[in-house]
Amino acid sequence: METPLTNNIGPDKPFPDLAVYEQNGGYQTVRDTIGKRSPTDVQEAVSESRLRGRGGAGVSTGMKWGFVPMDNASPGHKYLVANADEMEPGAFKDRVLMEFDPHQLIEGMILSAYAIQADIGYIFIRSDYYLATARLKAAIAESRDKGYLGERILGTDYSFELHVHVSAGRYICGEETALLNSLEGKRANPRTKPPFPPISGLWGRPTIVNNVETLCCVPHIVQNGADWFRSLGRAEDAGTKLFGASGRVKNPGCWELPMGTPIREILEGSAGGMQDGYGLRGFLPGGGSTGFLTDEHLDLPMDYDAIMQVKSRLGTGTMIILDDRTCPIGMVENLVNFFARESCGFCTPCRDGLPWIEEILHKLETGQAEPEDMNILAQQAGFIDWWGSDSSSNGNTHCPLAPGAIEPLESARKYFADDFERHIRDKKCSYR
Amino acid sequence: MSAAEQDLIQALSDEEIGEIEKEITHLNGRKSAAIDALKIVQKHRRYVSDESLQAVANLLGMSFAELDGIATFYNLIFRKPVGEKVILLCDSVSCWIMGGVDIREKIKSKLQIEMGETTPDDKYTLLPMSCLGDCDHAPAMIVGEDVYRDLTNERIDEIFDE
Ligand SMILES: Cc1cc2nc3c(=O)[nH]c(=O)nc-3n(C[C@H](O)[C@H](O)[C@H](O)COP(=O)(O)O)c2cc1C
Ligand code: SF4
Ligand code: FES
Repeated sequence: METPLTNNIGPDKPFPDLAVYEQNGGYQTVRDTIGKRSPTDVQEAVSESRLRGRGGAGVSTGMKWGFVPMDNASPGHKYLVANADEMEPGAFKDRVLMEFDPHQLIEGMILSAYAIQADIGYIFIRSDYYLATARLKAAIAESRDKGYLGERILGTDYSFELHVHVSAGRYICGEETALLNSLEGKRANPRTKPPFPPISGLWGRPTIVNNVETLCCVPHIVQNGADWFRSLGRAEDAGTKLFGASGRVKNPGCWELPMGTPIREILEGSAGGMQDGYGLRGFLPGGGSTGFLTDEHLDLPMDYDAIMQVKSRLGTGTMIILDDRTCPIGMVENLVNFFARESCGFCTPCRDGLPWIEEILHKLETGQAEPEDMNILAQQAGFIDWWGSDSSSNGNTHCPLAPGAIEPLESARKYFADDFERHIRDKKCSYR
Repeated sequence: MSAAEQDLIQALSDEEIGEIEKEITHLNGRKSAAIDALKIVQKHRRYVSDESLQAVANLLGMSFAELDGIATFYNLIFRKPVGEKVILLCDSVSCWIMGGVDIREKIKSKLQIEMGETTPDDKYTLLPMSCLGDCDHAPAMIVGEDVYRDLTNERIDEIFDE
């Protein structure tokens, strides 16, 4: 099984500083591509690879890049931004990629920037990733010294400067237009779309925002070709992906596996199954903003569309496991608390609705809820609604934070309805 | 710029001003460096006082209110004094499942403070934080810049007895 993204990573392997990274074939694609292949050539390879964004939404990377104006009609800067905010509860895959192979991200950014002819790049990283930040800064310095970054890369007439921007907190910064506002030094409220960032992004200029893992795939696609990348997937989607599991499993962690790997193989194989004394009740397949699935879904492939069909999302691919000794309502309360706190406050259903939902969940957990409260839960969730709404993707709110926030709630009301009833009937949480 | 404003910029050290000016060169316009500048001040002074905020606002050519609106949006810009080290204790879902509440209570009783408070010796400020990206080693926290994973009551004793 091929594991291109984590080839350089392992307990017995030396840390890939520039020398080791180059020995392992690193930066060869930069030598072979910049000034030798056309930018459109690189774009085509990525389009044909069917790479989909690993930040959560699964947008075709090639298609997104295709919106960037490539003529010289509006001269000026173009930007490439790596989204390294990673604050989704349960997600820790981008940290692994940045801490243990920082040059891979830089190589991916050089190629991606070249493909859209961006001249400036930023890595927008969350403040708490101190080790990753230090290693990225050191790697950028090494790469610049060697001529892979900066003015006239390797003597060609292409230049690309790369900076690290360390954030100051708030999950909403991960939403790409909020991220751009934050990079501009403003409050991180999401922007109205359109215009979309590839046309008008950072300081009004064409900008591509891609997830760290997405960008890390690019060198391998450029090196080995689109056919190879597509062949890595086991079902519909292409490539490999870092999948993870946390909660009461025997071996929590993060593993590079083919896209389309059945959930059962990840949970029972890589994660080693449930800890002794704990049973599987359900799981969030792709982080805290994705809906619960249960054991009836274990044979589904971890593919964007397959998970979407059962009304959840592949998201970040890092699963959170609910065991049979943990209260599903308590778990949802914890999640809603997170989203309510991280709401940017721009729109009412999110700013005021999420705290209201949190309050009702707290009443349920402390035995104070009335049957009528279930109607309020349904009503508040309805104001935010994603799945039922016929508008494109954002439900009734300004950005997808609130719809994501209620996905665990809505799926819990479906799969764990008996728990809600019992909490109201017995006036207590029986898990404590 | 008035003399009073000049004075206030001088409330920043040359080192701070140098670091802020360097950030500005990577960006587009002085105001763009607002968050970086606040972080730089905070690195040197632990938190951003009203005086520092006014000084940064003057340096970047913006009003106090505009910059404070930005500062208070971000939870890792501290507008009140904090201790020598800030403890960011993860209170998100995987840590919660893995016993994070017990760890929180343990830290509170160990340090004799509530969430949001600073120890009387000014050493630690305890704050809740969203998922730290260490969910496979939950519960987790950051003290200063050091990450602690797989927390147990015994580990908490060890860490804070040091
Ligand atoms: C509230 C919210 C938080 C997000 N956080 C992240 C994040 O931390 N990292 C990330 O890559 N994408 C995040 N996204 C998705 C981004 O908006 C964007 O879709 C993504 O960075 C695009 O990159 P990709 O196409 O490579 O996936 C978030 C979205 C929302 C709505
Ligand atoms: S849904 Fe509205 S209030 Fe919530 S984070 Fe998005 S824009 Fe802000
Ligand atoms: S939930 Fe605590 S580190 Fe992720």
